[in-house]
Amino acid sequence: MTALSLLAPVFEPGFFSSPPVDIALIVGGVVAVVSGVVGTFTVMRGQSFAGHALADIGTTGGSGAFLVGASPLYGFVVMNVIAAGVMELIGIRRPRGRDLATGIVLGAALGLAALFLYLDTTTSSTTGATINVLFGSIFTLASSMVPVIAILGALAVGTVLLCFRPLVLSSLSPDLAATRGVPVRLVGMAYFTALSLAVSLSAVAIGAILSTALLIGPAATALRLTKRTGTAMVIAATLGVVATWTGVLLAYDSYYWQPSHHGWPVSFFVVALVFVFYVVVELSVGRRSNRRRSVAGAGTA
Amino acid sequence: MAVSETPPILAVEAVSVWLSGREILHEVSFRIAAGEFTGLIGSNGAGKTTLLRVILGLQAPQAGQVLIDGRARSHRSPPIGYVPQKIVLDPDMPLRARDLVGLGLDGHRFGLPRRSSARRDLIDEMLAAVDATDFADARVGNLSGGEQQRVLIAHALISRPRLLLLDEPLANLDIRSEQEVVELVARIATEQQIAVLISAHDMNPLLPVMDHVVYVAAGRVASGSTGEVVNTEVLSRLYGHHVDVVHVNNRILVVAGHETAVHHDLPDSAAGST
Repeated sequence: MTALSLLAPVFEPGFFSSPPVDIALIVGGVVAVVSGVVGTFTVMRGQSFAGHALADIGTTGGSGAFLVGASPLYGFVVMNVIAAGVMELIGIRRPRGRDLATGIVLGAALGLAALFLYLDTTTSSTTGATINVLFGSIFTLASSMVPVIAILGALAVGTVLLCFRPLVLSSLSPDLAATRGVPVRLVGMAYFTALSLAVSLSAVAIGAILSTALLIGPAATALRLTKRTGTAMVIAATLGVVATWTGVLLAYDSYYWQPSHHGWPVSFFVVALVFVFYVVVELSVGRRSNRRRSVAGAGTA
Repeated sequence: MAVSETPPILAVEAVSVWLSGREILHEVSFRIAAGEFTGLIGSNGAGKTTLLRVILGLQAPQAGQVLIDGRARSHRSPPIGYVPQKIVLDPDMPLRARDLVGLGLDGHRFGLPRRSSARRDLIDEMLAAVDATDFADARVGNLSGGEQQRVLIAHALISRPRLLLLDEPLANLDIRSEQEVVELVARIATEQQIAVLISAHDMNPLLPVMDHVVYVAAGRVASGSTGEVVNTEVLSRLYGHHVDVVHVNNRILVVAGHETAVHHDLPDSAAGST
């Protein structure tokens, strides 16, 4: 209690007794761990663009689900898994065509998303759908969604951990992996499924258009900090959890901020923190290696 | 041809490959005996990489077959060590040299890696065998081309293959690293009784260690000892037009020529007259 009262200026009244906050913390934690674990491979495999495209494509599913009265999460998942399958199929036949394939699928999906969002707002005469789908719904999630999110998250993390070594090997070189007997296509599809789930969950938490920030940012930061793949996954997950929980807290506190008392969106805080982490690490690691280089240079001079 | 007592570790039999309507390999046949050091020589685009991919099972031939240890290759074939031509490793890739070597041991297995002291010892032993102990804990993406090459060789060798394929390992290396890699591969091949098939567009760095040469030109091959294959008559037939094989200071140059060209063959280079 004393610790809590010391922190009173940080935690505005009711933070720890609010059911929406509880749900937001649980869902945010799950989503951040999944994003960190999956995102490490997304960055290692150089598929950040594909990840971002999936997030945008998910908008179509999320807004479509809203239209038929289902939770956007189901729309995100269905749409992302289908889109990932199409991108993977085109990409396998022409590896260099993957970006093109992604771009084409993305364009078509965003067209549909625009239509669905328009219909959502005109039929329900609110802007709730747009806000929910694009910027996340972490404070308005029904508690019944928590187990669904936990199961999908466990599925994504489990898939990546099960395929860990074949994934690392095929990320380095598909040929090298194939000669060692790795079913490269199967492993690639399993990873893309995990990526679809991660992006979908992240879209629920911080919104479809920002979900890649949680996927890529902490992982990219972690890669600067360690030279071991497993450790990178742990660091990325931890950074993601810190950013998400702090974001939830700041968003809650912002209802008490002057002058408007409107409250700021969670996604803004999460993305801002992820960005700050990356910049701080990039600057400090960059400066350290610069210093090392100049010392080495002085030594040879 | 006399029948050898043991089947060759690798037999390529009348392999033809067509890619996008173009014939890349035409009825290619050759054999490699256990423990032999063979150079796969040919200019860029001659079909060397395609041939290696067929041997590895990454490319199915339209005709012919590949026998590993006397049997058609399948997923139960004994392991083939493979060092690919060029892996683009991002400097940020969170992977140490020793991790890459370890993946050669169990990179195909599912589930989380188990650490054991036996595994660690084996990795250390392989790293020492390729003189990579000094940078065992460095990120693979931060290593020089020659260092990466050595780590990839350790990765290929740790599964104890009897056949090692290297795709242009000398490309993009400076002359000193080139020599180091050749000497290293030759030493390990002798020590561990491994047959080596190494592709290169320049045969000269391999001349001191090469037992046999498989020369590829325009999708066809000629194989045998260096002297048997690398001469004006055989290579002219292979290329389908006249080429000159020129010996200069123990180096061999193959140059496009015509009948009236001056021949520079030195008298001491008649090694292939058997």
